[in-house]
Amino acid sequence: MLTLENLHLEQDGWALDADLTVSKGTKTALIGPSGAGKSSLLNAIAGFLPPARGRILWQGHDLGPLPPGARPVSILFQDNNLFPHLTAEQNVGLGLRPSLRLTAEERARVAEALERTGLASLSERKPAQLSGGQQSRVALARALLRARPLLLLDEPFAALGPALRAEMLDLVARITEETGATLLMVSHDPGDARRIADTTIVVAEGTAHPPAPTTDLFADPPPALAAYLGEA
Amino acid sequence: MARRAEQVGGPPGRVLGGAVALGLAALILGTLGAVAWRAAWGAQADGAGGPLLGPADWAALRFTLVQAGASALISVALAVPVARALARRRFPGRRALIALMGAPFILPVIVAVLGLLSVFGRGGIVNAALAALGLPAFSIYGLQGVLIGNVFFNLPLATRLILQGWQAIPAERFRLAAALDFSSAEVAKQIEWPMLREVAPGAALAIFLICLTSFPIALTLGGGPRSTTLELAIYQAFRFDFDLGRAAVLAALQFAVSGVAALIALRLALPQASAAGLDRAVERWDARSPLLRTLDTATIALAALFLILPLAVILAQGLPTLTHLPGIVWTSALTSLCVALGSAVIAAGAALALALAITGSRRPRLFEGAGMLPLAASPLVLGTGLFLIVNPWIDPAALALPVTALVNALLALPFGLRALVPALREIEAAHGRLADALSLTGFARLRLLILPRLRGPMGFTLGLSAALSMGDLGVITLFAAPGEGTLPLQLYRLMGAYRMNEAAGAALLLLVLSFGLFWLFDRGGRADADA
Repeated sequence: MLTLENLHLEQDGWALDADLTVSKGTKTALIGPSGAGKSSLLNAIAGFLPPARGRILWQGHDLGPLPPGARPVSILFQDNNLFPHLTAEQNVGLGLRPSLRLTAEERARVAEALERTGLASLSERKPAQLSGGQQSRVALARALLRARPLLLLDEPFAALGPALRAEMLDLVARITEETGATLLMVSHDPGDARRIADTTIVVAEGTAHPPAPTTDLFADPPPALAAYLGEA
Repeated sequence: MARRAEQVGGPPGRVLGGAVALGLAALILGTLGAVAWRAAWGAQADGAGGPLLGPADWAALRFTLVQAGASALISVALAVPVARALARRRFPGRRALIALMGAPFILPVIVAVLGLLSVFGRGGIVNAALAALGLPAFSIYGLQGVLIGNVFFNLPLATRLILQGWQAIPAERFRLAAALDFSSAEVAKQIEWPMLREVAPGAALAIFLICLTSFPIALTLGGGPRSTTLELAIYQAFRFDFDLGRAAVLAALQFAVSGVAALIALRLALPQASAAGLDRAVERWDARSPLLRTLDTATIALAALFLILPLAVILAQGLPTLTHLPGIVWTSALTSLCVALGSAVIAAGAALALALAITGSRRPRLFEGAGMLPLAASPLVLGTGLFLIVNPWIDPAALALPVTALVNALLALPFGLRALVPALREIEAAHGRLADALSLTGFARLRLLILPRLRGPMGFTLGLSAALSMGDLGVITLFAAPGEGTLPLQLYRLMGAYRMNEAAGAALLLLVLSFGLFWLFDRGGRADADA
């Protein structure tokens, strides 16, 4: 279970409060107007933004003292998810061992992850030689291999077309089911949330509201969500 | 994000950076200490009688300031019409000419001097023309020669700096001027003069500071009691009188001058020449008259001639002798290559360690300060200090080459930092979070992220320091034993012996090696670069 305990985030002139829990193994969407703090919330959980107050706990353990790489977290950013000078295989291999000195067994696991994400024939290519969708797959293959309990998506598929984005979300759903990971994803598109998220957190007006079942939420949107969706 | 900074500057960053910073401080402050101590000790040994500085020393100080000031004023005054012509004309070869104006930075000074001698010297083109017209001959030696040399190197710099100012004027302003039917004089008054008032003083100051420590030009074109700079006086005290005490006093004076200059430069944030955006010419409706067109054409042609002719003469004279140069030229070329490569490795390694510490530390001030120290040091001051330190223990001639490599690396370091620090900041901004998320720290971060992404700036730093070291004629003149030394020194000796054909061949060789080294490293850093 992920717990945000009286969490207060602040960045010049902007603030966000969150006091909520996310159940283990669920898929949760974060939805709300841009600038509301969805990305900042993920950055705080991943360890890039120290909270002004409050705590972030995973299974009861405070994540505060841990540097980003030591947290039980894999995060996909909006961009720069791959190192442009490394091949697909190397980019995935970093998920196992940051020194890239892999054993034969680890190498086989990298190959398997590439295979499972449909990249087997592209392992020697560098990001510039891959399409946007293929680049996303490489990042997901690495997340699959790291198998951290929390998977955070900060709109990594925003630049993809609708069909490709749906395909990636299905791949994400598969990965989380395989690894048992808890998913938190930022989204602009209610369709994305409906597609894979069990629950949705509305982030608006300085507050991240506790997760509610996605179908219920969209059937009867609270005022903040209704305003965002343009239905008010 | 404080945590990121901590991880970057981890073990490789801070320890190595600290070591480099300490080494720099020890080397520069240590040599200065040796100079100061020897100067004071010399004064004591003289007794209370003679003053510390004689009239000749004051004359050297005066000449240093006068030649630097005059060089700055002339360079900027000539650069204004050249930059204006370049800013408002489009012609084939414009880009190449502007690129050529960046070349003097790595052009070996002694090569340019030889070229200038072939044009302005006793048997040169200018004097041949004067003789044909029945006019008295022109002598290049003295203040006028030093000025020609300094202007040759700094007119291109001034032109680039002022051209940047011109290109920073929005094109819309010239369009508005045209709509209001401004004449060329009105455009100059309303638009161009205000820009020049901002840009020109900075350019002049930058050139003044550069010329304060110009040694090879004074060595070859100056000389004589009336045109001796401080740096040259240090050299003469060393080589002719072997008066280490006097050399130390002069070195202390030179350090005071360049130290003050460096402080001024830090305060004022001097303009930097950049290549970006200089290849654009703005449409100018006010400059269409045939008279202005002719004037601009003549200006550009004269400037190009002044820059290209000396090098063309070297090429023409050097090419035939290149194949039968004396053996010692080739051995000294090999020596120079080794020194240049050693110097490049030291400079690039030290710059990288320092840049990692600067970008990774929460208190970068100390590291930045260490990186600036070389700006206050001049080659001959460092040379004098090092000579004083090693002289009691080892024959300085035995250390001539390592010391040359080290001093040149030191002097190239600030330029390396200028290339590496912004590049490192960009790498961290783009990829730092991902690296942190993957626990990519320490040497793995250096090996897998930083070095591959830093190839371009590292190649540039290596190339620049190799070329600067290859062409340097500074500290080697103090340390080298007769018959030994680097290619620039050998070239200087050939010129001193009036073996001008061989000198031209050696100069061409030096030119090719300097630019070749820069091109090779810079290209190597850029080849196969990933998006």
